[in-house]
Amino acid sequence: MAHSSGTDAAKVIEVIDLHKSFGDLEVLKGVSLDAHQGEVIAIIGGSGSGKSTMLRCINMLETPTSGTIKVHGEAIEMKRDGKGGLKPADQDQVRRIRTRLAMVFQSFNLWQHMTLLENVIEVPVHVLGRSKAESTELAESLLKRVGLHEKHDTYPMFLSGGQQQRAAIARALAIQPEVMLFDEPTSALDPELIGEVLAVIGDLAKEGRTMLLVTHEMKFAREVADRIIFLHNGIIAEAGPPEQIFGAPESEHLKRFISALS
Amino acid sequence: MSAFELLAFSPPGWGAVLLRGLAMSMSVAFGGYLVGLLIGIGGAFGKLYGGPVLRDLLACYTTVVRAIPELVLIVLLFYVGSDIVNQVMQLLGRPPIDISGLAAGIMVIGVVQGAYSTEVIRGAIKAIPPGMIEAARAYGMKPSLMLRRITLPAMLPHAIPGLSNLWLIATKDTALLAVIGFTELTLATRQAGGATKHYFLFFSAAGVLYLIVTLLSNVLIRSIERRAYRGIPEVG
Ligand SMILES: Nc1ncnc2c1ncn2[C@@H]1O[C@H](COP(=O)(O)OP(=O)(O)OP(=O)(O)O)[C@@H](O)[C@H]1O
Ligand SMILES: [Mg+2]
Repeated sequence: MAHSSGTDAAKVIEVIDLHKSFGDLEVLKGVSLDAHQGEVIAIIGGSGSGKSTMLRCINMLETPTSGTIKVHGEAIEMKRDGKGGLKPADQDQVRRIRTRLAMVFQSFNLWQHMTLLENVIEVPVHVLGRSKAESTELAESLLKRVGLHEKHDTYPMFLSGGQQQRAAIARALAIQPEVMLFDEPTSALDPELIGEVLAVIGDLAKEGRTMLLVTHEMKFAREVADRIIFLHNGIIAEAGPPEQIFGAPESEHLKRFISALS
Repeated sequence: MSAFELLAFSPPGWGAVLLRGLAMSMSVAFGGYLVGLLIGIGGAFGKLYGGPVLRDLLACYTTVVRAIPELVLIVLLFYVGSDIVNQVMQLLGRPPIDISGLAAGIMVIGVVQGAYSTEVIRGAIKAIPPGMIEAARAYGMKPSLMLRRITLPAMLPHAIPGLSNLWLIATKDTALLAVIGFTELTLATRQAGGATKHYFLFFSAAGVLYLIVTLLSNVLIRSIERRAYRGIPEVG
C-alpha cells in the first residue's frame, strides 16, 4: 500500500499494555499497538479472541481493566473505580475523544427513527455544534459518495443491510474522524451485499485514512491493509505486513486459522 | 320539560352544568396524565439505571399503587395528601390552606397514572435495540442529549399502545373524583339527575360525552402513532 507503517508518520492511536477482564474471564492479556497516520490495520483472529473488545476499549465503550489508550498523544485519563478496576476520570474528555474516532458496527446501529440524512447530520449538528446547512451539504455529498443519494429521506429499516451499512459509513465520515474503527462491518450481511460495502471501505483505505478494521474477510484484509494483527488468546500472537502474515505465518495457531478460512 | 329543554345551556336546562363538568374532567385527566408521564419517565429511568435504594422505593410505589383499587387510593391520597400539606403549613407557621379540587384531582390521578406509566415506559425503553444507544455513546452524546434525541423518540413506538390506553383510562378515572366531591362530569350528571329525576337522560348524555372524548382521542392517537411509527415498516 501507498502508506508506510514506518515510525516516521505520527502515531494516531497508541494502545499500551491493554488488559480487559469480564469477571473472571481475562479477554485481553496485555495488548499494545500503534496506529500511524494513514495506516490501515486489519485485526483478525478466531471468534472470542477479543477483537471487538480491543476495538471497543479504544473509544471506551468498554472500560479497560488496566492499560493506556492515547489518541494523537493525548492519554485518556483513568482513575481507580474502587473495585480494583479503572474508570474514565473525565467523561467530557472521553466524549471529546469519541467524536474523533468514528465507529462502524457489525449491526449498523443506525437510529431508526431518523432518515438517512438525519442520521448523518445528527452528530455534526447536535454533538459538534456545526450549522445545519453546512452539515446537510456535507451529508448529501457523503450519501452520494456511498451511492445512497436518492435514499436520503428513507428510514433505515426500509433498506437492505448493505445500504444501511453504507449509510452508517456516511454517518462515520460526517464527523471527519481522525480514525475509523470498523467492527466486522460485513459479517451481518448476505453474501451478495458484502461486495458493495467492501468497495466503499476499500475506497476509504486508498485515500489514506487511518483505519482499524476487524474482519473475517481475509482476501479483503490482504488487499487493503498495511499491517495485519492476529489476536489469539488475548494477546497479539503475530503482526506484520499482509504478505508475511498470509505468506509466511509463523505460529501454528495462525497457520491453522488461515487454512481454516481458505 | 322535554329532553331538549332539560339539556339546554341556560337554566333551567342543565347543559351548561354538564359541559362545565366535562371541562373539569378533561382538565384533571390531562393534567393528571402529564404528571403521570413525568413520574413515568423519571420512574422508568430510576428503575432501569438507579441505585438499589431508589429501585426498591420505585418498586414499592408501583406495586402498592397497582395493587390498591383506585377508588380507595383516590380517597386515601386526597385525605392523606391534604393532611400532609396542612401539617407542613402548620410547621411553617402558616394558616391551613384549602386545596383546590382541581389541584388535588390532578395530583391523585397523576400519582396513580405515574405507576402505570413507569411500567409502560420502562418496557418501551428496554425494547429499544441496544445498538442505537451504543452508537449514541460511541459518537460522544451526553446523557441528556441521548435522552432527548435517541432514547425518548426511539421508545415511543413501543410505548404508544400502553400510553394511549392510560390516557383513555385517565379520562374515565376522573369519574372516581366524585367521591371527594369534585364536580366533574359524573358528579354534575348526578346533580342534574337528582334535581330533575331524569337520571336516564342525563347519564345517557354523559355517556355520549365520554364516548365523544374517546373517539376524538382515537383520532389524535392515530396521528401520533403514524408519526412515531414512521421508521418502522409494517409487518404482514
Ligand atoms: N460484556 C461482556 N460481558 C461478559 N463477557 C463478554 C462481554 N463482551 C465480550 N465478552 C466475552 O469476551 C470474549 C471476547 O469477546 P469479543 O467480542 O471481543 O470477541 P471477538 O474476537 O470480537 O469475537 P467474534 O469474532 O465472535 O466477534 C468472549 O468470550 C465473550 O464471550
Ligand atoms: Mg466481535
